Amino acid sequence: MKAFFGDRMRVLFVILGSLLIIFVVWPLLRTVMATSPAVLWQTILDEEVRQSIILTFYASMIATGLAFVCGVPLAYVLARTDFAGKQLIQGIIDVPIVVPHSAAGIALLMVFGRRSLLGQAFGLVGIRFVSAVPGIVIAMLFVSLSFLVNSARDGFEAVDPRLERVARTLGASPWRAFWGVAFPLAWRSILSGMILMWARGLSEFGAVIILAYHPMVAPVLLYERFESFGLNYARPVATLVILICLVTFVVLRVTASPRRRA
Amino acid sequence: MENQCSLSQVTCGLRVSDLWVDLGAFYLREIDLDVAAGGYFVILGPTGAGKTVLLEAIAGLQPVIKGQIVVDSDDVTEERPERRGVGFVYQDYVLFPHLNVGQNIAFGLKLRQVDRQSAQERVTSISRLLGIAHLLHRSPETLSGGEQQRVALARALVVAPRLLLLDEPLSALDPETRDGLQRELMRVHQELGTTTLHVTHDFEEAVALADRIAVMNQGRVVQVASPEDIFRRPASEFVARFVGARNIFRGEVHMEPDGFTTLSVDGMSISVVTEVEGPAHGSIRPEEIVSSRELLHSSARNCLRGHIVELKDRGTLVYVTVRVPPDFVCVATRRSLEEMELREGMEVYIAFKASAVHVF
Repeated sequence: MKAFFGDRMRVLFVILGSLLIIFVVWPLLRTVMATSPAVLWQTILDEEVRQSIILTFYASMIATGLAFVCGVPLAYVLARTDFAGKQLIQGIIDVPIVVPHSAAGIALLMVFGRRSLLGQAFGLVGIRFVSAVPGIVIAMLFVSLSFLVNSARDGFEAVDPRLERVARTLGASPWRAFWGVAFPLAWRSILSGMILMWARGLSEFGAVIILAYHPMVAPVLLYERFESFGLNYARPVATLVILICLVTFVVLRVTASPRRRA
Repeated sequence: MENQCSLSQVTCGLRVSDLWVDLGAFYLREIDLDVAAGGYFVILGPTGAGKTVLLEAIAGLQPVIKGQIVVDSDDVTEERPERRGVGFVYQDYVLFPHLNVGQNIAFGLKLRQVDRQSAQERVTSISRLLGIAHLLHRSPETLSGGEQQRVALARALVVAPRLLLLDEPLSALDPETRDGLQRELMRVHQELGTTTLHVTHDFEEAVALADRIAVMNQGRVVQVASPEDIFRRPASEFVARFVGARNIFRGEVHMEPDGFTTLSVDGMSISVVTEVEGPAHGSIRPEEIVSSRELLHSSARNCLRGHIVELKDRGTLVYVTVRVPPDFVCVATRRSLEEMELREGMEVYIAFKASAVHVF
């Protein structure tokens, strides 16, 4: 407690900081409290709600998986090499955070829409993006990949490159040096990037609604109920989504947090 | 352990010819080195001379512009690092933090798919040799610097490399640990006979360990010679300055019946303070030696008579070489020199404390 209230400045800072925390926690608590357990149970029994929550989790997981496959190699290259235009690449990775997500949705529609070249190419193998799960996945991927790539890059940067060099002299191929040394040492960062990315994907609304209003992910369903039936109908769904997201997020963060300094 | 260098003495060794490397801030030019099979070769040079780059180039970890690297009669210039059979030990150990000591040592064996039992045996035997057998289950971060460096050595040696590269392996350690590990390096080298290339900026370390020394400066090798010749006959002003004026003698340490320890050099005995016994080097810093025209009565255990063979002017300081023999270099200020009226050929006494002699 002494560290908290050491001097007047510290007291002021604690008060100001608390305002921000209350600002986050209060509306969430208020929403959760406003819903009686009975209504919540009813919401859980609602087939449409359940479907959309499952869809949301699942789509975001696929997006995270795709970002893992391409993003981890990218992060490694960014951490280990210097090349002309590296700053530009770093910037591009952060662009999705800056662009309004509805605009991102429009941009994706331009490339993956039915009449676009890519849209038609994928159409040949039966993959449709507009008003379909793949559309939801690419929307989530676009808006949340920065989290994974940045976190993985930080992870790789923290691994001494000489560890891999020693591994090479001991007989490891570049592949073995990567999987045996760099990857396990960066894994905590990669995992925490994946969790953040997945959580960010779950909550995506703007880009998703432009590519795929249907099938409805949880945020879209919530919006629809609010628009069509009003606050009282939307609130139980909001409560459920908030609770599920919080519980999952906390569980993942706790299991993934470093047990000790590696 | 099979495939040891000592079993194939004839072919082992390292030859580097006309090696050029360019990494911007660090570069190598026209490097030529010849390391005898089973030899202990030391590269001596100041920070930034390109010593680490040279080792990394030999290990295949840095790109080479031109030149040739031959290990054990194989031209490995174009070979990938994992196929060179070259062990590497860094100054700050660079142990795998996610593996325990045993797993660190076994890393190379696992890659070679050595079966579990013989891997176990090899890990045990190398860790016994280095005195770390009791640490196998510990995590590297819980070890002292000296222990970590032994683990790094064991990890490199367990796969029986054709060549061992040591990058300032003792520099991160405190003086006491350093002396201990230095003797350990000598013993391990005698036992395994692995051709070794050791980089350091410490001249005494180089003298203690090396059969031959190459002095490097600004990316070039400026002199290759035996340790004796490097400081008796420096090839250039740079080598002379880097090595410095110093007194280094090779001799034998004895415990005298009266409990004192002496280092005998060329039939002459010097009192020393040390735990070391047997063949050793002794060094005395020039500023620790007091010269006088008459025999002084002081607490200094060593008092010798000789005559001045050289006076070397270095501004306010003058280096005085006194032949006892051997030759001792001591330092005096210009003023005291003038007051004592020291001249070449003059007979003088020199005195220094037993504790001023560093035995290694």
